[in-house]
Amino acid sequence: MEALHQQAMNGDRRALARMLTAIEAGKVDVADLVESPLPESGWKVLAITGAPGVGKSVLVDAIMHRWATEGRTTALLAVDPSSPRTGGALLGDRVRMTTVDDPSLSNRVYVRSVATRKAIGSVPLVVGDMATYLLGCGWERVMIETVGAGQSELRCAAVADRIVVVEGPARGDGIQAEKAGLLELADLVLVNKSDLEGATRHASELEESFALNNEAPEVRLVSGLRGTGVDEAAHALLNLSSSGRSVRAKMRERLHASLERRLTSHPAYNPTLDALTLGTLDIEEALMALLRESHERSS
Amino acid sequence: MDHPLRIVVAKPGLDGHDRGAKVVARALRDAGHEVIYTGLRRTSQQIVETVRDEDARFLGLSSLSGAHAHLFPQVCKKLVEEGLHDVVVFGGGIIPEDDRPALHEAGIRAIFGPGTPTSEILEFINTAHNKDDVGVGQSGTWFWESSA
Repeated sequence: MEALHQQAMNGDRRALARMLTAIEAGKVDVADLVESPLPESGWKVLAITGAPGVGKSVLVDAIMHRWATEGRTTALLAVDPSSPRTGGALLGDRVRMTTVDDPSLSNRVYVRSVATRKAIGSVPLVVGDMATYLLGCGWERVMIETVGAGQSELRCAAVADRIVVVEGPARGDGIQAEKAGLLELADLVLVNKSDLEGATRHASELEESFALNNEAPEVRLVSGLRGTGVDEAAHALLNLSSSGRSVRAKMRERLHASLERRLTSHPAYNPTLDALTLGTLDIEEALMALLRESHERSS
Repeated sequence: MDHPLRIVVAKPGLDGHDRGAKVVARALRDAGHEVIYTGLRRTSQQIVETVRDEDARFLGLSSLSGAHAHLFPQVCKKLVEEGLHDVVVFGGGIIPEDDRPALHEAGIRAIFGPGTPTSEILEFINTAHNKDDVGVGQSGTWFWESSA
């Protein structure tokens, strides 16, 4: 594993891919391998979130393309859901990725599909570890594309320095923009599909809603497909500052995600779930069994 | 299985027919694997880089355009060049019986034609996963005798 780690640090992408697999499986601890990036004013890890089909993948690809042509390196961790029944997953974000297929840019872009596996929510906590490792291997920035996420899915706050929420036209009336939830944590809102009817109106409804707050995130109209506004958005993202409102929410999400990871990585997790299914154990007993002793992550 | 297998399903070359690839991807998903689908019209270089970056254990190639005899061995050759000897490659689509020996020769461990039950593909995956010399660049001579 040490040899593989050294190869990954030296830029070997196959070794990098294998190290990420080991990290994802909980076989190695990232803290033993690389230093966590020091907190600084700029961001290193950006989450792109928003409802399914709103255009996250196409937009992410367009932004990475822009950064790659400027000589910057970006790694993308694209998360898709695992089946709660079988554990399987269809990871389809690459279908919309063209930057990584461009031979002149592919050495500046790394795309890795990640399934949520046992984690609940739009981003498993381990994605944060994978991001730290990529940064340790010299990638300048990491983007995390979450599972298509709804109004109250905030888990991405646990692993990212900044949050970009992607919206689109026909996303409901003005009341939707007033509702509490994910939008409150956004550091930037991109209203995608600006070429379609309703996008401009939705953007102004969001702006009106934000205008009642003290620190409102910027709302930008873009079209990932047509490229409209993408270069400007990519540029604005580079120096995106934190809205500052999200620190407490971030810590809360980290706490909850860590508790969840402790549950799901417990060696007795599956047997406990079986016992719950059979009715031989109740929820209180299950919690007692899984949380009683602190333990190292299963290897 | 402790952790799901990561399997890339790819469409090399100029071929727009992906119903079969999607059915296979879906069957593998339902069997508990993590399937990375590349989408249509990928070059062999793009497919190999995807397999590398996604750390896939298996690669499934689908072709219905008649270009399999050219494209499949090209992908196999590039996989070996990239040092991905241990990746297990299988193929499917409209691939005549006469063309198959050459593909097995190139390192492809199974060829599935139209009408193959998806259960057979899963059986192949499980069998191949438990062998340690059936990667595309490895010495094993075993290949799957498919029913269609």
